[in-house]
Amino acid sequence: MRSVGTRIAPLLAAALVAISSVALAVSEDGYIEHSGIITRDVAAVQRGAKLFVNYCLSCHSAQYMRYNRLAEDLGLSEDMVVDNLMFASAKIGDTMNIAMRPADAETWFGNAPPDLSLIARSRGVDWLYSYMKGFYRDDSGNWNNLLLPNAAMPHVLWQLQGIQEPVFHTVGGEDVIEKLELVEPGQQSPEEYEDTVRDLVTFLDYLSEPSKLKRKRVGIWVMLFLAFFAFLTYLLKAEYWRDVH
Amino acid sequence: MAKPASGFSRKMNDLGNWIDQRLPVSAFWKAVMTGYYAPKNFNFWYYMGSLALLVLVMQIVTGIFLTMHYKPSADEAFASVEYIMRDVEWGWLIRYMHSTGASFFFIVVYLHMFRSFLYGSHRAPRELLWVFGMLIYVCLMAEAFFGYVLPWGQMSYWGAQVIINLFGAIPAIGEPLTEWIRGDYYISDATLTRFFAFHVVAIPLLLLGLVLLHLVALRESGSNNPDGIEIKANKDEEGKPVDGIPFHPYYTVKDIFGVAMFLLIFAFFIFFWPEAGGLFLEHDNFVPADPLVTPEHIKPVWYFTPYYAILKAVPDKLMGVILMALAVVILFFVPWLDRSPVKSVRYKGWGYRIMLMVFAFAFIRLGMLGMAEGTPAQTWEMRVWTFVYFGFFVLLYFLSPKMKTRPVPERLTH
Amino acid sequence: MPSDGPPEGVNKGRRRFLVATTSAVGAVGAGTAAVPFIKSWNPSAKAQAVGAPVQVSLRDLEPGQLMKVQWRGQTIGILRRSPEVLGDLLAVEGELRDPDSSESQQPGYAQNETRAIKDEYLVVNMHCTHLGCVPALNLKNNPPKGVDDWEGGFYCPCHKSRFDMAGRVYKGVPAPTNLTVPPYTFVDDDTVLIGVNPEGMA
Repeated sequence: MRSVGTRIAPLLAAALVAISSVALAVSEDGYIEHSGIITRDVAAVQRGAKLFVNYCLSCHSAQYMRYNRLAEDLGLSEDMVVDNLMFASAKIGDTMNIAMRPADAETWFGNAPPDLSLIARSRGVDWLYSYMKGFYRDDSGNWNNLLLPNAAMPHVLWQLQGIQEPVFHTVGGEDVIEKLELVEPGQQSPEEYEDTVRDLVTFLDYLSEPSKLKRKRVGIWVMLFLAFFAFLTYLLKAEYWRDVH
Repeated sequence: MAKPASGFSRKMNDLGNWIDQRLPVSAFWKAVMTGYYAPKNFNFWYYMGSLALLVLVMQIVTGIFLTMHYKPSADEAFASVEYIMRDVEWGWLIRYMHSTGASFFFIVVYLHMFRSFLYGSHRAPRELLWVFGMLIYVCLMAEAFFGYVLPWGQMSYWGAQVIINLFGAIPAIGEPLTEWIRGDYYISDATLTRFFAFHVVAIPLLLLGLVLLHLVALRESGSNNPDGIEIKANKDEEGKPVDGIPFHPYYTVKDIFGVAMFLLIFAFFIFFWPEAGGLFLEHDNFVPADPLVTPEHIKPVWYFTPYYAILKAVPDKLMGVILMALAVVILFFVPWLDRSPVKSVRYKGWGYRIMLMVFAFAFIRLGMLGMAEGTPAQTWEMRVWTFVYFGFFVLLYFLSPKMKTRPVPERLTH
Repeated sequence: MPSDGPPEGVNKGRRRFLVATTSAVGAVGAGTAAVPFIKSWNPSAKAQAVGAPVQVSLRDLEPGQLMKVQWRGQTIGILRRSPEVLGDLLAVEGELRDPDSSESQQPGYAQNETRAIKDEYLVVNMHCTHLGCVPALNLKNNPPKGVDDWEGGFYCPCHKSRFDMAGRVYKGVPAPTNLTVPPYTFVDDDTVLIGVNPEGMA
């Protein structure tokens, strides 16, 4: 994958210098896979919305997103959103906040689970895709993650994916995780799980910039107009510049 | 002038005369448009001035509309930007126009400045024109810096932290100075609000004044051109330069075409690549500012990175700050460092051409290195190109009077 | 040299055409570009959420009682009227400026004698149509101080405007029009939703 390759080289070089601060000798960016999401796939965003609301919204807020916007952008009626995507006493115009207070979250988890409204813009969809695929059970029996070592977040989708464990190999005298392998299967096959994660990531991508599809649609018209206008201005310029020798 | 036929035209004519007797509109139009003779051989590099003016106007207009919704407080700033992006109708478009415009301002301005190195537009009698331009450039850098802090993301906060701490390097007064700049013991709401005042009011006013002075100085000396020939030296019986054409309609019409092409490229970025891979909108700035968490990689926006590389190249903090400042200050002196007998690169030898190409490459390479991690290998490379950067000015001063030149023609070429 | 205007042989017609066309297209472009800026002034999604319809339960509202709720920054009053009050509405019509509610201060479905969907309940914007103060409800047996011949209604303390028990303005007072009836609908017999018209009605 081109994107991974061009990213690995300089980052590996950097990581080799910054050994002390990193648990693994290899930069975790080396574990990033291409997500392959299709932004235009509204059905995927809908499925991802359902996953998000069921699995993520209990701990992670999406405080800049309004429920009624989900209805409008995803082609759902407001009733469908209320029935399928909303719980408790929230109103359709409300933002997707959670009840858990940050102070409590820090006490219970060590770190407050971050708001996810913009996570796809700060981390990128490839990182998120790889992150949700990168959970494993480490030797202390706890959840760990390839991309975020010792993350406080448990593998909320473990029942779908199953349980992975790391396979080590030696690099430069150190034991380093080469890959993860599935030791206990989940409700979904690996391919089905990849599709599930892809749906979730597509939703997160939408969440981070709901106006993206509209932006591109408008952009086409703007550029067509400007190309036409540029053509006219060129004719005008050429006509007047006949005078100049 | 032929007498207008219709009643409406006559009324407009009368209105025009009424205004003209009280405000010199016609005289002004003649002075800067129909009676301003510009060289007829302007090329691609000569679009940048009018484009810079266009971007300035766009930044002001989009900036005004952003200010209608933005909240300049540490608690609300980040959320207010997302409010603009999501809740305000078309807010996302206004925001992208402004963020893309900031980067395009620098693209246009760097090309505009480079033109001067090509054709000697900074040479007499245009030294003051160049100085005003440099002042605009410095104000623009301040404006961009203050503006970038306003979204109050991680890069806003930590970028401000780094830059303000540079002032701490000044001996004796450094620490109290940084506290005075911040208005607090650490970067906080106090810092944000004063940066907001600078960005929205103070510097735009300063910029408008300097742009006006820049244009007045230009009108006084007249435009240079790709041949570096003074067209005023060759006038016809009516006192008009034989190689000049009236700005209106020839350059108004040409510049409108330039605007259209520019907008096409500009629109592509706004609508299809507003983040520009993290160059125009940095990924870390989508995370709210957190004084407790330092981002892995603090770097300024791309247009500052050449100077950032020079700063990083020097192991000593104070010397780094001095050298970085010197890199900008030395540009002010170019009209007096350049002592070549000819203005334009077209009539200079390969010595100067190679020097200029290497200089441009050094600036770009420094920019790339300024964005990078800063490995030992990269640090050594930054030192090399810093040496090259300053070396250009030294060589310019000492070698320019003696470098090979070709005879400059009397009349303009294409 | 083109210093005195274009040389001979120039096609003035073509130039005029190109200038006109380019200007027209440019004007269209500029006008279209202005639209997002103008639209950015519309109430944002946040304002619309805050200004969302307000649901009110009428279960505990007794006849002769007035309850007040906030909707879009306005104080909306819901008054429950007894049958006697409804009967009296006809009697005062001679003293009213606009007894038939011909001025459009109410949606079509409230343009009737009681100015309501269900006669019992008056849903009305409590801001006096003069300068915006909130009048008090004074029932027939409780006239405002210093006022004789009080038939029951709303009395504005600021400039003494009076409205009847259907919010209709009396003659001879500063207020020019009847109290506004906001859009509203009944969700069920005891619940009203303020800010939404009944289905199928404008």
